[in-house]
Amino acid sequence: MSDVSQPAAHPPVTDWVNDFDHTDPQWTEDPFSIWEELRSASPVVHTKRFLGCYMPTTYEAVREIANDTEHFSSRRIIVRDVRPEVARNAAPPITSDPPVHKPAKQLLLPPFTPDAMKKLEPRMRAICNELIDGFIVDGKVDAAARYAKYIPVQAIAHMLGIPESDSDLFINWIHMILELGIKDESKLLQAVQEMSAYFTTHIEERRTRPTDDLISYLMNARDKEGQPLEESHVLGSLRLLLIAGIDTTWSAIGSSLWHLARTPADRERLVAEPALIPNAVEELLRAYSPVTMAREVVKETTISGCPVKPGNMVLLSFPAANRDPKMFPDADKVVIDRRENRHAAFGLGIHRCVGSNLARMEMQVALEEWLKRIPDFALDPAGTVTWSQGTVRGPRQLPFLFEKAM
Amino acid sequence: MTERLRVHVDPDKCQGHARCKALAPELFELDEYGNAHEAGDGIVPPGLEDKAWLAKSNCPEIAIDVIEE
Repeated sequence: MSDVSQPAAHPPVTDWVNDFDHTDPQWTEDPFSIWEELRSASPVVHTKRFLGCYMPTTYEAVREIANDTEHFSSRRIIVRDVRPEVARNAAPPITSDPPVHKPAKQLLLPPFTPDAMKKLEPRMRAICNELIDGFIVDGKVDAAARYAKYIPVQAIAHMLGIPESDSDLFINWIHMILELGIKDESKLLQAVQEMSAYFTTHIEERRTRPTDDLISYLMNARDKEGQPLEESHVLGSLRLLLIAGIDTTWSAIGSSLWHLARTPADRERLVAEPALIPNAVEELLRAYSPVTMAREVVKETTISGCPVKPGNMVLLSFPAANRDPKMFPDADKVVIDRRENRHAAFGLGIHRCVGSNLARMEMQVALEEWLKRIPDFALDPAGTVTWSQGTVRGPRQLPFLFEKAM
Repeated sequence: MTERLRVHVDPDKCQGHARCKALAPELFELDEYGNAHEAGDGIVPPGLEDKAWLAKSNCPEIAIDVIEE
C-alpha cells in the first residue's frame, strides 16, 4: 500500500561519533560495537540529527542525567525528527517532571508491587502454557511472534480489564508510536487518537458498571484534595500502561530466548538449575536491555565534564550504560550467575519503570515454562532474526527449531 | 568476636527497584508503593551477612548501607 506522507529517510551514518543515529540499520542490527566506539570517544556525544541530540555513553553520565530533573525534563521522552508542542497529560507520570511527577507516580505504584504480581503469576503460567500448546507439536516456531509478544499483551490486558482478543490492535498502535512515529508525526497522532477513543469507550462502560481493574482504579482515584483525576490524566496514564507494558517485555523475553538458543551452556545450566533463572533474568536484562528513554535539556549544565545546552534532546540509553566496562566487569559477556549487578534496565532515579516487578515476573515465568517444555532449541538456519528499531530493541522475528513433542 | 552487621535503606534514594527484597527477603520490607526499608531495627541475624552485602551490591540507586558495628 502506498503512503502519501512517506517521511524522509535518514542518510546512512558514516561518522558515528559526531553524527550518531539510533534509527540507522547498523545500530538496529548491532548497537554494541557502536556504543563502544562512542564511549571511547567521549562520555557525552552529540548529533545534529533529530534537531540536535546528545547521548551519554557511560553508566555514570547516564546516572547523572537520570538524577538531574532540574536540567533535564521528561516532557519529551522519545527522540524524534520533529518536536511538536508538548501535550498536557501526555502520559503521566513518565512525561511528568517534579513536583507533579510524585503524586502521579504514587497513584500507579500500588497495583504493581511484587506482592500484587504474585497474585497474577498463576494466570501468567497458564497463558505461557496455552501459547506453547499452540506450537509444540510443530517442532518450529517464531518465538517472538507467537510466544514473547503475547505474554505481556495478555498480562496488561488482564490488568487493565480489556479484551485479550484486541491484542493485534494494541501491537499496531505501539508500532505506530514507538517506531513509525520517530519519523512520521501523522502515524503517532493517529495511534494516540485511536487509543484515546478506545479507552474512552471502556471508561464510559465502567460509569454504569464498575469493574475490578486498572481502568476503574484510575477512574476512582482521588488526589490530595479529594478530587478525581482529570479525564486527560486518566487517558494519558492508560495509554502509558498499554504502550510501556507490551513492546518492552516482549523484547526482553525475545532477547533472552535468542541468547539461550545461541548459548547451549547457559540453556543447559538453567534447565538443570531453574533456581538460577531469576539471577539470569537480571543478567539478560543488563546485557540486552530493551528500553532507551529520552530527556530534553532545559537548562545549560555539564555532564561528566561535557557542556550540555538547551534546545537539544538527550538519548538516554540505559542499554549502553549497562555495557559500560567501568561499571560491569566483562560487560560484553553474559554471565548468568553474575553476583553484583546494579543494571539500569528499568531506569534510574524517580522515573524507575513502574512495571519493573511485572516485567521481572513475566520474564521469569516465560523462561521457566519454556525451558520445562522445550529444553533444547536452536535458531532455524533457514529463517532470519529481525530486530525492532529505535526506542525499544528486541527480536521481532525469532525462528526456532526444536524436537517435536510426542 | 565477630562484628555485627546492620542494614539501612536511605528512603530518599530508594526508588522501589525491590532488588533487596528479592535477594534478602528476611532483611527488607516493602511499603504499599513498593519502596524498601530495613526489617525491624536492621540488625542482620547471624548467617545472613552474605545476603546483606548482596542486597547492597545490587541496589541500582546505591540506597543501601551495610554498617559494621
